[in-house]
Amino acid sequence: MKEKSLKGLATVIALAAVIMLGACHKKTAPPPPPPPPPPASPTAAISVSPDTIQQGQSATLTWQTSNASDVSIDGIGAVQPSGSQQVSPTDSTTYHLVAKGAGGTQEATTRLTVTQPPPPPQAAAPSPTEEDLFGRSVKDIYFDYDKSDIRGDQQAAIQSDAQFLSQHPNIGFTIEGHCDNRGSTEYNLALGDQRAQSVKNALTASGISASRIKTISYGKEKPFCLEDNEACWQQNRRGHFVYQK
Amino acid sequence: MTDHKLPVKTYRSTILSYTVSFRSALRYGSKRMDDTNRPASRFTCATRLLVALSLPLLLGPLFSSTSLAQDWVRTGSGLGVDKVRLAVPDFKPSNSDPQNDALLKTFNDTFWNDLDNSGVVELISKSFYPLQVPGQPPEVTFGVWNSPPPNAAMLAFGNLGVAAGKLVVQGWLYDVKNTASPEVLGKQYTDVPTADAARVIAHKFADEIIFRLGGGIPGIAESKIYFVSDRTGHKEIWVMDYDGSNERQLTHLNSDSLSPRISPDGSRLAFSSLTKSGWDILMFSIDLDRPVSFPHFGGTNLSPAWSPDGAHLALSSSRGGNSQIYVCDASGSNLHRLTSNKGPDVGPVWNRKTGAQVAFVSGSTGLPQVYTMEADGTNQQRMTDQGYAVSPNWSPNGQFLTLAWTRKYGPGQPGASDIYLMDIASKQWVQLTHDGGRNDYPSWSPDGRHIVFESGRSGKVELWMMLADGTKLHQLTFTGRNSQPNWSWK
Repeated sequence: MKEKSLKGLATVIALAAVIMLGACHKKTAPPPPPPPPPPASPTAAISVSPDTIQQGQSATLTWQTSNASDVSIDGIGAVQPSGSQQVSPTDSTTYHLVAKGAGGTQEATTRLTVTQPPPPPQAAAPSPTEEDLFGRSVKDIYFDYDKSDIRGDQQAAIQSDAQFLSQHPNIGFTIEGHCDNRGSTEYNLALGDQRAQSVKNALTASGISASRIKTISYGKEKPFCLEDNEACWQQNRRGHFVYQK
Repeated sequence: MTDHKLPVKTYRSTILSYTVSFRSALRYGSKRMDDTNRPASRFTCATRLLVALSLPLLLGPLFSSTSLAQDWVRTGSGLGVDKVRLAVPDFKPSNSDPQNDALLKTFNDTFWNDLDNSGVVELISKSFYPLQVPGQPPEVTFGVWNSPPPNAAMLAFGNLGVAAGKLVVQGWLYDVKNTASPEVLGKQYTDVPTADAARVIAHKFADEIIFRLGGGIPGIAESKIYFVSDRTGHKEIWVMDYDGSNERQLTHLNSDSLSPRISPDGSRLAFSSLTKSGWDILMFSIDLDRPVSFPHFGGTNLSPAWSPDGAHLALSSSRGGNSQIYVCDASGSNLHRLTSNKGPDVGPVWNRKTGAQVAFVSGSTGLPQVYTMEADGTNQQRMTDQGYAVSPNWSPNGQFLTLAWTRKYGPGQPGASDIYLMDIASKQWVQLTHDGGRNDYPSWSPDGRHIVFESGRSGKVELWMMLADGTKLHQLTFTGRNSQPNWSWK
């Protein structure tokens, strides 16, 4: 390797001497043209502004390339070597620019972050009506078979009903007495009447004015549930509250 | 005695009580005899008004199945005997009017069914009749009727024809064993030439025959049955002929109307209806064919019932708190309370013969039971000993209640609501329906021989009819759901 360097150096000196000698006395032939420069590598740059948007907004994607003959952006397709474009993706997106030229391929990326819009401001919620509150708060009272007394597990419901009704003294309502579909039509109507009365009596005992309360018996005429099993029968044995406008 | 627990081995029988002079005022079938040693005494009370009692011959011990749903059997001596053998050849056309064929079919079908349903005659099958049947008295050949195969005692025959725009029916009843003086009955009817008229004439002539062969008790062929039907989408009150024909809607209230009860004279119908103010007693005039005014009592008002003189109504009202029995005048005035029980009291019915007692249903001891009391509310007597007993209905002779009873009731009990007959004096009972779904609201026919009731045995609630011994069961209604039948008083 060292020997080769020395040889090269000698060649250069010798060549310089020939040139200097030759310049002294005659025109010498021009040197050969330099070899064409190798093709320039393409350049590529891409940016997005702004780089964060809310869903539904748009951003401007800007890119520049040089020395490229074939420019494309993933998701957009072939584009001009330089340019800009409005984008409005629904989700965060990475834009991938590929510039291909004789000198190679250059890539560039930029990322646009899309944020979810804040929840729209709540429409001013109407304050619930007394009927809504009644429907939400007042619980029906369920009965045992052929019974019209308020059983132990229904006491909490009747107390909570009484509490709500005493807090809303303007509500009038009907208590419907219902029975399951076993037994006889007339007796069930009388039994349903007794159930409705029983609920009414429990409420008046808790201070609810009787003048606010109507009762009606439907016996087995208007069942909530039509199957022949205990779960269904229990659904039908009840004092049902209905708001009165 | 009525409520012995069933022994493992049980004897059963069916007893036929049959009166010679009344000609089957009531055939009385029994089952589930717990005390086979004293079968006659068991029914002494039940039959004490009957002139002659054919003593039951018990047909031995029958195997007692453990399945309550299937352990009944109808057996006994003399079942079906002693009835008059009646031949009823189709009436013949009396002329060649083209309307005759259709009217004859209506007449002959109705006439046959009336006699067949009556329970007082044995109709001889038409296959035993000679080819030539009479339409006029001279055409009667006694020998072919009064000897086998027909072997008839009586022959009903006649003719029908439309002439000059009138339907004319002639009918005779002949005692064919008495060839010297055979005519028991000869009748001629003239009416408009419509199917309805042909049906009415058939009912009238059948009733004449039943009156003569049935011990002087008027027939029921012209009686009506009032009932509840939901076929319009609402429960409305309807009426039909006793044989299920001629259905007609009475109320058009588009609400729930229940418990129709026709007055003894047939002029007014009381019922219970859901109005804007609740369950009220309403009154419908049959004569005016529209509702008429009746006072509003307040509370839940149910199950009106006419006293036999038509002057009073008993009903159930919760106007004073819980449902109790009240009585008012037929106009609704002078309402006063009869019972003051703990449980709901409902479903009153008067002693139809005397008007002196009222039967009703009370839940004051738990499950509903049937009670009787004097018409002033005193002397309440519990009639049923267990189960779920409702819908009492008092027999025309004042002696029996029919009711709907689920004797074995409660979780795991395969009981069903069946129709029972109870002798009021002894509280002895017999079960009339078996193995046929839910049965309720029995109502007596005016002649005391039939009971109409609602039953789910066909898959939906329909009206069925049977003789008061449980035989001749047949379905009357088929459209929509039909319930709570109430038979007219005459």
